[in-house]
Amino acid sequence: MNLEAVKLAAADNLWTAILPELTLACIALFLLVLEIVLPKQHHRLIPDVAAAGILGTLAGLCLNWHPATLGLDTFNGLLHHGLAGQVMRVFFLIAAFLVCVLARVSLAKQPMPRVEFYHILLVVTGAMMLLAQSNHFVMLFVALETLTIGLYVLVSYFRTSAASLEAGLKYLVMGALSSGILLFGIVLLYGVAGNPALPAHTAQAFNYSELARFLAANPHHFVASLGIVFVLAGVAFKIGAFPFQIWVPDVYQGAPTPVTAFLAVASKGAGFAVLLSLCGPGGAFASYGWLITPILTVMAAATILFGNIAALTQHNVKRLIGLSGVSHAGFLLLGVVAARTVPMAVGAIYFYLFAYLIASFAVFGVMTHLAGEKDADQELEHYAGLAKERPFLAMVLAVGLGSLAGIPPLAGFMGKFFVFIAAYQAGARCMLAIAVVGVVISIYYYFGWIKAAFFESWTVSTAANQDTAKPVPTPVGLIAGVTLGALALASLVLGFYQGPLGQWLTLR
Amino acid sequence: MSQLPFDPLLISIAIPLALALLIAFGLPKRWSIRLAYVAFAVPLLMALHTWWHFSAQPQTAGYAFLTNYTTGLQGIGISLKLGLNGISMPLFVLAGIVGFAAGLYAIRSQAERLKIYLMLLLIMQGGLMGVFASVDVFFLYFFHELALIPTFIMVGIWGGRDRSYAAMKLTIYLTAGAMISLVGLIALYVKSGANTFDLIALKAHLAANPLPVTLQENIFGLLVFGFGILVSLWPLHTWAPLGYGAAPSSNAMLHAGVLKKFGLYGLIQVGLPLLPAGLTHWAHPLAWLAVVGNVLIVGLITIAQRDLKQMLGYSSVMHMGYAFLGIAAGSTLGVGGVVLMMVAHGLSVALLFLLATSIYQRTQTFALDEMGGLASKTPVLAAFFVSGTFASIGLPGFANFWGELTIFIALWKFSPLITALAVAGVVISAVYGLRAAARVFFGPATERMADVATRNPPTDLAWSEKIPALILLFSLLFVGFWPKSMSEPINAALTPAAAAVVAK
Repeated sequence: MNLEAVKLAAADNLWTAILPELTLACIALFLLVLEIVLPKQHHRLIPDVAAAGILGTLAGLCLNWHPATLGLDTFNGLLHHGLAGQVMRVFFLIAAFLVCVLARVSLAKQPMPRVEFYHILLVVTGAMMLLAQSNHFVMLFVALETLTIGLYVLVSYFRTSAASLEAGLKYLVMGALSSGILLFGIVLLYGVAGNPALPAHTAQAFNYSELARFLAANPHHFVASLGIVFVLAGVAFKIGAFPFQIWVPDVYQGAPTPVTAFLAVASKGAGFAVLLSLCGPGGAFASYGWLITPILTVMAAATILFGNIAALTQHNVKRLIGLSGVSHAGFLLLGVVAARTVPMAVGAIYFYLFAYLIASFAVFGVMTHLAGEKDADQELEHYAGLAKERPFLAMVLAVGLGSLAGIPPLAGFMGKFFVFIAAYQAGARCMLAIAVVGVVISIYYYFGWIKAAFFESWTVSTAANQDTAKPVPTPVGLIAGVTLGALALASLVLGFYQGPLGQWLTLR
Repeated sequence: MSQLPFDPLLISIAIPLALALLIAFGLPKRWSIRLAYVAFAVPLLMALHTWWHFSAQPQTAGYAFLTNYTTGLQGIGISLKLGLNGISMPLFVLAGIVGFAAGLYAIRSQAERLKIYLMLLLIMQGGLMGVFASVDVFFLYFFHELALIPTFIMVGIWGGRDRSYAAMKLTIYLTAGAMISLVGLIALYVKSGANTFDLIALKAHLAANPLPVTLQENIFGLLVFGFGILVSLWPLHTWAPLGYGAAPSSNAMLHAGVLKKFGLYGLIQVGLPLLPAGLTHWAHPLAWLAVVGNVLIVGLITIAQRDLKQMLGYSSVMHMGYAFLGIAAGSTLGVGGVVLMMVAHGLSVALLFLLATSIYQRTQTFALDEMGGLASKTPVLAAFFVSGTFASIGLPGFANFWGELTIFIALWKFSPLITALAVAGVVISAVYGLRAAARVFFGPATERMADVATRNPPTDLAWSEKIPALILLFSLLFVGFWPKSMSEPINAALTPAAAAVVAK
């Protein structure tokens, strides 16, 4: 994009197309200004400003649900604004708001500066929103790097905790590697698509639709396939799919709990938004079905099995939920496989993502309240007697875990149900069998967690237990309480009544 | 009055669930208990209302009381469609009666954390009413799962021996069963091409374009296997005795009495009419599994039990064998007998589980060898228990008799050899039933019993135990002496379905 195009865009008011992202960026900068301007005793207002800003952006987005740019490519094809993009914007904004709520609880336990956390959070959220709407590999890569670099900082935010620093370093190394792989794939695709000897070659190979046209004209090109495989591998790192899931348990355990939630939900959602825009119906790689279908199928099967089996033996709840999140990535991948042939699957993936968001944040909210000063040490044993001491938290936890496990009448079940229908329609019957095995395995550890919280005589207090004494739970504040209650209720209501969300399934 | 100003089916689902939600949001204990009486009574009254007015109602495709509510999924053919036909009505009534008895018993049971106990039981009750009132296959499954969840938690918190292990085993087995049957139902949905889960529409669609035979067989296999786990088909039954042995009484009453029937109900309501070729393929393996596994092997295991509650658990597994046999026989008579037997067995097993807990409260043990001579101290309890045992053996006068009799008659046409083996099972059940009654109530008191009796003299049944027991016993006798009240609608509903099977 040259200067003329920028001028043109400014004259066309094209900037309104990314108004939500711009708003977030402005609020992020405003937070930094506030820190300088506000007297120190008022600094505690800054998180509230961030949360209010996110809610305001969300409200603006919902009020202007059908903007004039909907369905158009803007900025010379860098972005594509579709309904899917709108849905994902809402997804990221809700996730960011919930992270704010959790961070208020979690950061209060640490002697840390607060403002930067929210600043980075807002920037990362904006980057994710752009990522979900990107229609161009340059846009994709820049947005991805913005969000990943922001997350490096957030993961190691508890800088006095060795676990947090270790997690940050691991995430940095793994993230850099995956970015490299992704970039390599992009470059291969760019190079081969620009080869004038090939039919339908193009100078705009970064653009998804141009690339799709080129790939359709060269259905079995070796270098292009190689590029696609590398791009998929790079994205698989982000969503934590097998065999690129190795970083998940350690990073999830070490990162501050709100950041773990952000990684588990929003970052995964971003990965799937990218995956859908590349591999979904009409995506850039759509014509390479012979290649991506087997890759994604095998990846989904392995991810479901690995995530569930690895989670079985975990005693640290952060590792447990990290690995269970891996298995959820597997179920979602199953949806992506189905989405190539079954239109309903796209809606199923979005529904699954929202159900996963609601349920995960309910569980992470409880975890945040129960965590002690050492954020990385959250053991299953700490949940003993929760139902007696803190019935509200126990109830929220049970609803959240039940929904993650996919137990009716909770939203998570509906998500799985839709994905299963889509998978069956796509003819992936072996995959369905594997998914069923995965669900049954997952019942064991989710139920084990509920058991730890609800059933008595789970732990025998021995001398060994004295060392790992339970941290004192934080009392539930008003905002956190209302939010957690709303999340639990939302899981329940969405299980019974899908209302307008159910119509996503018939979109397109 | 034959027309209520509201939908009786929706009310009987919604009221228990609404109260459960209220309790979850912190309704005070006193009000929770008072409203719980209402919330358990409403489904019963609605069930009786539907029973009474069933034949006078206008019917569409055999269904009365039809209503339809959309939940946002009409795009993929799912909506909350409620209605009763001749098969679901008896079970709807059963759920109402057993639910009321179990609810009354629970309210007066002085369980620890009574509020949560009632909340879970109410969820179960609402789910059960929903299972039998749903015409939409998706909601059929959905409500079953809803009713199933409380069981896991109740066994874990209020359970007896080995509760933690039992809760885990129950959860994994039943989830596996439910998931497999879910895949079967999804397969049915996708392959039928009707793009709907509505049973009436599915029936009409599949009658016009039946599925290929192999496909029917495969889907039916998935349903038999999945539902079989839920109904404790041998050799996948091991969760049942363990779970019932550990479950608190009201939960065991509702689960063994009503919820467990879901698998059979699903086979009869969904499997038989939609996949007729599936049954012809699976009838023989299913019948042999049921007669050798459930009836004979489990029957003999039951005789060997030394624990009253375990014995009841095994005996309920054994009786499920008869139900599978009736389904395998496939004729109107056989399947109708199964429906009647489900009602009868549900009532009698609930009665026995209730009384077992009453016995435990008086003897402080479930071990049969340590009991004896209770009849002289608690004659009313003894009379109830012996009646319950007679019912469960299938003596004439009780509803069970008609169920088993019709199953055996239908089975004779299917295979005389299997019938002979199945009838041998009746002798087995008489042996363990009567022996248990004799051990507990008659004969000399053991040393331990005398010891317990001196410290804590046993009192006869209190009213809070008598009323639920009376309700159950009365219903058993009512159906026993007037089976027509149930069998007529059952026959009417089954005739087209079974005719389709015979035609194949």
